[in-house]
Amino acid sequence: MFLLSVSVFSQEDLEEVKIVKKQKGIKKSYTLTANTTVITSKELLKAACCNLAESFETNPSIDVNFSDALTGTKQIKMLGLTSPYLMITEENIPSVRGASQAYGLSFTPGTWIESVQITKGAGSVINGYESISGQINTELLKPINDIPFFLNAYGSTDSRFELNTHFNKKLSDKWSTSLFLHGNARVAKNDMNNDGFLDNPLGKQVNILNRYQFYDAESGLVSFINFRYMNDKKQTGEVNFDPDRDRGTTNSWGSEINTERFDVSTKIGYVFPDMPYQSIGFQNAFNTHNQNSYFGLNQYDIKQNSFYSNLIFNSIIDNTMNKFTTGLNFSYDQYQEFVNVNDYSRIDNSVGAFFEYTYDNTDNFSVILGGRVDNHNRLGVFVTPRLHMRYNPWKNGVIRFSAGRGKRSANIFAENQQLFASSRTFSILDNYGKVYGLNPEIAWNYGVSFSQKFKIFNKNADAGFDFYRTDFQNQAVVDVMQSPQEVLFYNLKGKSFANSFQFEFNYELIHNLNLRTAYKYYDIQTDYLKGTFQRPLQAKHRFLGNLEYETNLKDDKQWKFDYTLNWSGKQQLPYTASNPSQDQFPEFSPSYAVMNVQVTRVFSPVFEVYIGGENIGNYKQQKAILGADDPFGPNFDASIAYAPIFGQMYYAGLRFKIK
Amino acid sequence: MNKIILIAMISFLGFSAQAQTKKNKNLKYTTEVNGNCEQCKKRIEKAAYAVPGVKTASWDVSTHQLAVILNEEKCSPADLNAAIAKAGHDTKEVKATQSDYDNLHSCCKYDRE
Repeated sequence: MFLLSVSVFSQEDLEEVKIVKKQKGIKKSYTLTANTTVITSKELLKAACCNLAESFETNPSIDVNFSDALTGTKQIKMLGLTSPYLMITEENIPSVRGASQAYGLSFTPGTWIESVQITKGAGSVINGYESISGQINTELLKPINDIPFFLNAYGSTDSRFELNTHFNKKLSDKWSTSLFLHGNARVAKNDMNNDGFLDNPLGKQVNILNRYQFYDAESGLVSFINFRYMNDKKQTGEVNFDPDRDRGTTNSWGSEINTERFDVSTKIGYVFPDMPYQSIGFQNAFNTHNQNSYFGLNQYDIKQNSFYSNLIFNSIIDNTMNKFTTGLNFSYDQYQEFVNVNDYSRIDNSVGAFFEYTYDNTDNFSVILGGRVDNHNRLGVFVTPRLHMRYNPWKNGVIRFSAGRGKRSANIFAENQQLFASSRTFSILDNYGKVYGLNPEIAWNYGVSFSQKFKIFNKNADAGFDFYRTDFQNQAVVDVMQSPQEVLFYNLKGKSFANSFQFEFNYELIHNLNLRTAYKYYDIQTDYLKGTFQRPLQAKHRFLGNLEYETNLKDDKQWKFDYTLNWSGKQQLPYTASNPSQDQFPEFSPSYAVMNVQVTRVFSPVFEVYIGGENIGNYKQQKAILGADDPFGPNFDASIAYAPIFGQMYYAGLRFKIK
Repeated sequence: MNKIILIAMISFLGFSAQAQTKKNKNLKYTTEVNGNCEQCKKRIEKAAYAVPGVKTASWDVSTHQLAVILNEEKCSPADLNAAIAKAGHDTKEVKATQSDYDNLHSCCKYDRE
């Protein structure tokens, strides 16, 4: 009895001296098997980051690019490959795929996000076979531990306004619900480079999410039910374009992209009360995604109805050093796709089984060996193997290795729809394949990485590097190197690979002042009809620097400062040398740097205000649109954006919370 | 009063009878194990996992509690305690021999009671 009370007291003492450790923006693990970093919600507050697509500006693993000169949509790349080569999931349900590939990331508002997990390399087999260069999983705020009310308002000098409101309610001791309402609009026309075209689209988005969470610790049951509706409208093109008057005519060039989306998803999980290491999960998602759009005289409509189902069983072999996950997937996608008068409607379906074994010696070594077999109506029956290994050779050091295969059918129009904003003719040169006449894309990805934590002058530092290679066995090549009037799609003939090397160094310069730096080298080559070129619009060298400083919390008040520098080296540009000289780009773009800053003032746990600037150096792409003076002529091309079109932008916003 | 004792006895009898006929495949067992550091944690857990039938083991550095789930058809808590002691760590039930204790790394030489 005496002993017992002593231990109780000592525990209380421990509680009292508990060190309040600051939450880090980016968390790197030294014990996870895969090369995964976690972006916490704190990191997401560092930039204006209105939506998921814009939330990676301070992240070394992901590069943010501009996809075209019209829509201002930010495209992301990992290991030098665009988002179709990534598996993008929301709470482990595939979210950005198929029809939503171009704009999907901009359909998740930033304030909804709890955290983002980024895995470089092959990734797990549990959610599918499509990922080639990495996986991005977003976790949304959970109803069970969310605050009752949250309000965020935002406005910027490019006349974009946003409003986010969250409501949360505990319905009973087991049920909780959240309602998220998001609206954004860009109401005024901007043409800072005086080319007669809008620099940013006019737009309106309404996005509503209602979710329910059930949690019963005693029985081990957990469940989620989500309903979501999204309606997004964009208008872009010439400043004087009026859709009612000018659509379908050559009066002036304009474009509208209207997307409506509805999602329902459910999850049910059961943890065996006697066996906390054993669980069953069953998730189902249905969504319908309907995009109606035109780009000048190009009409592009795509509607996708999808159903996804995943049954997962987790358990152990003998003990928790040997874990396994196994289960079944089913997916069904109905596409109604029209490119001008051509009908590309189709149905894709697949069923697959996966098994993943994890060995962890609970000390310094772990390995994940995964495999899956799928039967897909277009891709056939195929096997997807994946391997990850981790070894800690000494304290605070970690070496990782991964290898794996990915296979996917390229949605060539949805993924390259920025090319519709040009006078290019679309030609598919092969016709014997099963996906638009093309064969499925198949690639192997291998990677090694090393990371080490240490101290310099008694301050925390870490450094690391990684090297990844992606080898395409087949690729749906998108060829803009042949002619400025054409885009060609064909099966890879020859070689295509992507090598990426990254070196990272992070250091706490002085107390509360953190420096994050990363240098990235990419060598991405593809054999085109005309020869071997670097992938267009990809910089060979990139550099990221981020400085963050925050004052200590004093009477609940705090200042936070953030500065980010993104430097991008020269980029291979699409071939335009056969155009008249005023409608040409050089072979390579110039290098440039973009700087962002933000200051946040926390007045209390309830209220904070932030102001910031994007691209404060005011770097602009000199010529954004080729043939802007004759948009229905043969040289018009708004798809070549290698740098920001809009110059400097300043914004301000506030956050209000009721806890 | 008599009634209560009777009920207590019956339920106790019932319990022990059940325990004899049906061995628990997922017995949750927690005991106190003496140790100091992260290195001790690794050693204690490794010793626990080495006992056939131990499904999961986790030792807490601050509370010194070792939480285990084991299959009684394959091993008993006594086997577990013996294995931990063999690795040099005193448990509430079994003390390590002096030579096993002496084999510990210097930073792991916890204060013995």
